[in-house]
Amino acid sequence: MTRTPAIEVEALRKAFGEVVALDGLDLAAPEGHVLALLGPNGAGKTTLVRALATLLRPDSGRALVLGRDVVADSLGVRREIGLAGQFAAIDEVLTGRENLEMVGRLYHLGRAEATRRAREVLDRFGLSDAADRRASTYSGGMRRRLDLAATLVGRPRVVFLDEPSTGLDPRSRAELWAMVRELRSEGTTILLTTQYLEEADQLAQLIAVIDQGRIVAEGSAVELKERVGRERLVVQVDDPKRTGDARAALAAVTSDGPLEILGDAELSLPMAGPGVPAAAVRSLDQIGLGISGLEVRTPTLDDVFFALTGRHVEPEQDEPEEVAA
Amino acid sequence: MTRVSPAEALSDWMVMARRGLIETVRKPTLLVFVFIEPVLLILIFRYAFGGAIRTPDGSYVNYLVPAILVMTSIFGALVTGIGLSDDLAAGIVDRLRSLPMARSAVLGGRTMSDLARNTVSVFMMLAVGFLVGFSPTQSVARFAAAIALLLAFGYVFSWIAATIALLVRDPETAQGVGFVWVFPLVFVSSAFVPTATMPAPVRAFAEVNPVTLCIDAVRALMIGGHVAGPLLGTLAWLGGLLVVFVPFAVRRYRALE
Repeated sequence: MTRTPAIEVEALRKAFGEVVALDGLDLAAPEGHVLALLGPNGAGKTTLVRALATLLRPDSGRALVLGRDVVADSLGVRREIGLAGQFAAIDEVLTGRENLEMVGRLYHLGRAEATRRAREVLDRFGLSDAADRRASTYSGGMRRRLDLAATLVGRPRVVFLDEPSTGLDPRSRAELWAMVRELRSEGTTILLTTQYLEEADQLAQLIAVIDQGRIVAEGSAVELKERVGRERLVVQVDDPKRTGDARAALAAVTSDGPLEILGDAELSLPMAGPGVPAAAVRSLDQIGLGISGLEVRTPTLDDVFFALTGRHVEPEQDEPEEVAA
Repeated sequence: MTRVSPAEALSDWMVMARRGLIETVRKPTLLVFVFIEPVLLILIFRYAFGGAIRTPDGSYVNYLVPAILVMTSIFGALVTGIGLSDDLAAGIVDRLRSLPMARSAVLGGRTMSDLARNTVSVFMMLAVGFLVGFSPTQSVARFAAAIALLLAFGYVFSWIAATIALLVRDPETAQGVGFVWVFPLVFVSSAFVPTATMPAPVRAFAEVNPVTLCIDAVRALMIGGHVAGPLLGTLAWLGGLLVVFVPFAVRRYRALE
């Protein structure tokens, strides 16, 4: 049985003046999957989402959502999608319920159905108690939830979430992740953009790494991590002068990949198996070297990115909290 | 290619118009702008300036009220632009553009709710006008025609304001630009002083100014005078402006990225 891919992008190009945002991008995702688009700021994530959501017109190439062309049949696409942009797009003067009923009516649900459906999503997002308050009184987390509720009120088959966890506190983020999983289990196709490998890993079956307007790698989280190297054990010894000794001792623990010296007294080795930390501690103990720190590090976006492009992710200014530590 | 059905489009217009009306009622700044300012203007012009300005038929209040009605209609049109640029800035337009709604409804609904608001505003000013001595002398039918004309005038100017908002995007700029094009039109007109008192070049502008034509037409319909010239002139302007600005605004909206 062949199914129409939910998202199909071919050689998509979009430039804003001199800046090339999408540079011949190809991408495909089957229906019912969560696809994470992973990349640093300015990689072209938002431009791709806006092109798929019919908000901007590509210069060339083709983009289809459920087989419908985003340019030639933009209305057909808009009937099937829900979009949550980077910032909550809610009308502050309206109440939560009015916001959702309005969006429902604009999906042409009909008056009664829009009312019923608004009640349903308010309930689902824990906004029932605040439903009849103006959105201007909502907290940041509530706004984001109302925005997501508005995205889902029309029962879209394909949902676009542009950096959905940006600006969320850890609890709201956990709720968001639970929501995405629930939608996935209901068969909704989701394309989400993120700067965090951990988020992509947690939520998506498919991850596409985007850089300078192109997809540089595609696969499952496991496949991508295989390309990057797995988790690593970082060991700090308490005597910086004996870093060399530590290196020799730890080399015996792992034959499975490179051992790195990260700095004075700090070394890292691949986590080839669950026994690695204990083995490392034992072999350092045998040469009489104390340990001041031991930590398992999962690859970050920067590691993935560096492995794929040989460049580091630009340092971020606007993100105080690190998700993937 | 799928299209929005006429029934769906009508429903979209109504939904958007309803949203505009809810906003008007709930935003205190809008209420002040729409209801308090015009009333203050009538009172200020009637009592502070009225004694100093001589007008052809002698009754300044009769000269003044039609002008303030037209002016309010025009200033009300600026609200269309302000609301639209707020929506653009807040990302609400992005959400609306991702929905399967008629794209015409965002502009169409907003201009409609602004027309409704303007209507209320005009009736309220009329009430105040009557209280301070405004006494129209023409038939009820003519009076009604005058009201329709000045509301149509405001409606057309709503589309101009919407076009400007779509061109400049930023709410503050839209508001600033609004006053730049509206002030000369309103004040270099027959609104407060007869054009005959102006220096020749200014007078030349004032006499082709659609605001002058509209005010003269409304005055003639309410308190008497030559109707045909200014009325035809106004209708020509309105037709021309509609033909230019409605498609232009809609095209700008569709071209948003």
